[in-house]
Amino acid sequence: MKKEILKIQNLTKKYTSGLIRTKETIAVENASFKLYSGEILSLVGESGSGKTTIANLILRFIQPTEGEIFYEGKEIHDIPTKDYYKNVQGIFQDPYSSFNYFYRIDHMLNQVFKYSLKGITNKRKALESALSIVGLNTDDILGRFPHQISGGQLQRVLIARALLFKPKLIIADEPTSMIDSSSRADILNLFKELKEGTTNTEGISIIFISHDIGQAQYISERVLIMKEGSIVEQGLTEEVFLNPDHPYTKNLLACCPSIYRKWELD
Amino acid sequence: MTEEVIKIEDLKGYYRGSFGIVHAVDGVLLSVNKGDIMGIAGESGCGKTSLAELITGRPIQLLQHEGGQVYVNDLSMYGVDDEVIRKEILCKVMGYVPQASQNSLNPVKKIRNFILDAMRERVGTKPKNKEKVLNQVAEHFKKLGLEKSVMDKYPHELSGGMKQRVVVGISTLWNPLILIVDEPTSALDVTTQKLLIETFIHLKKIGIVETILFISHDIPVLAQICNKCVIMYAGRIVEKASMDDIINNPQHPYTKMLMFSIACFNPDGSAETKLEGIPGIPPDLKNPPKGCRFYPRCSSRLEKCKENYPPFFIPRTESNPVACWLYEEVGD
Repeated sequence: MKKEILKIQNLTKKYTSGLIRTKETIAVENASFKLYSGEILSLVGESGSGKTTIANLILRFIQPTEGEIFYEGKEIHDIPTKDYYKNVQGIFQDPYSSFNYFYRIDHMLNQVFKYSLKGITNKRKALESALSIVGLNTDDILGRFPHQISGGQLQRVLIARALLFKPKLIIADEPTSMIDSSSRADILNLFKELKEGTTNTEGISIIFISHDIGQAQYISERVLIMKEGSIVEQGLTEEVFLNPDHPYTKNLLACCPSIYRKWELD
Repeated sequence: MTEEVIKIEDLKGYYRGSFGIVHAVDGVLLSVNKGDIMGIAGESGCGKTSLAELITGRPIQLLQHEGGQVYVNDLSMYGVDDEVIRKEILCKVMGYVPQASQNSLNPVKKIRNFILDAMRERVGTKPKNKEKVLNQVAEHFKKLGLEKSVMDKYPHELSGGMKQRVVVGISTLWNPLILIVDEPTSALDVTTQKLLIETFIHLKKIGIVETILFISHDIPVLAQICNKCVIMYAGRIVEKASMDDIINNPQHPYTKMLMFSIACFNPDGSAETKLEGIPGIPPDLKNPPKGCRFYPRCSSRLEKCKENYPPFFIPRTESNPVACWLYEEVGD
């Protein structure tokens, strides 16, 4: 039996706007799910369905209105911040805006050591091993500026940054949507490798957030379908995508363009 | 006899600026027949949008026409007076929906007033009978699946898909037989994407447009609508074929690798085949390589690829042109 790494219980997030006459928007409503160690779970939904809100809640960027998130049995807001971020890391949609273009790439990677890995003496070796996992050559990256390398490489540097912490859980929020399809496949394969782990490292659990059903089908074991803040269907990838239950999922899959079939249009 | 509506001969367009010269479109040969829905696909930065801009005859600033010719209905687009192009081609036979054009609706005007603005620009004078004109527009919008009430709304009241359809509706008001659409579906959800594609097919069916040039990086979307497809790489076309051949029987090494790298939903089973990315990055178009532009990334390259750019060859068993030296022995 696999270990339960993350448990989300009745999570609700409401955004309120206005000062006196307030207006409420429900971004996530009563979401509950679990994540087991060594698996990739996909969160699929259209824009505005609350996928990113869930990512931000898990990464403690925003506070939930109701409900709880447990990481390895502990409520995440009770865990000291640094300890939490050593275990849980995020990767985001836009690799271009995650860098400060005035500094070399080393600068951002070095901040990881400043933040939490003060004990490490051989920084260079740690960097080399993290960069080699993501398939980058240290000499191509260190000493260069962000504009000198491609978007796919930037995204891989950001994955390497997350790996420096040796996290157990990675929240990947649309990590491939701004990357060309030729490098997208490499990133997807990289996530699969990270999940498997190597002889030296443990496998990492990943929450993969995407609007792209094809990518979710390729990468994940389990999938959650979200609609307007609620989880409408969850289950094993094959079951959900081959025999969807919920009418919304059925419609979503019917609309998904595929090279394997043509829509019947009149 | 098929009628050629767009003919492009050795078209070149470069961006010139303080950054240098970017060879965005560098010798494109293409002909589009009446009734085709042709997809133009490729990675970002390969020149898809620049090609579309050049086809309209009056590209955006910085992008300059450097050579070659575009014929639309046998009328050349370059070397002719601007006003002739404007009167004879733009608005009349060719409609262009640029990328992200849903954002070009005027945010402080209702859709109806925006349409009147567009009409005044097109006709030169204010329409005399506003109500009659707007009723005609409403009729036209109805064919695209838009309610009449849309006309009385501001752009922010409409969803992304609705805005996109409004823009397509305005672009097709004068029944342009040729429609060029640039990434119309890329910012939309799958359900809205499908609605928009149905709109295009409906427009073609009822004869408002005859020929569509559909630019997208999303090959699964192109597969739903196009009958032909060209693949661009680094400012040039590498393969022209029917859509089915591009998907099931690609010939150019780049097209083959591109098809292997697409993560696509498979309704019949799990996607078991392992995806493979294309190693390397596209060349810098400020200083494009002398020979084949795919040479540094190609797995089946030959010695001569390094020095000479291949012309189009037709492989022995196929009927579609491929720009690759691998098919040279077959003759052209």
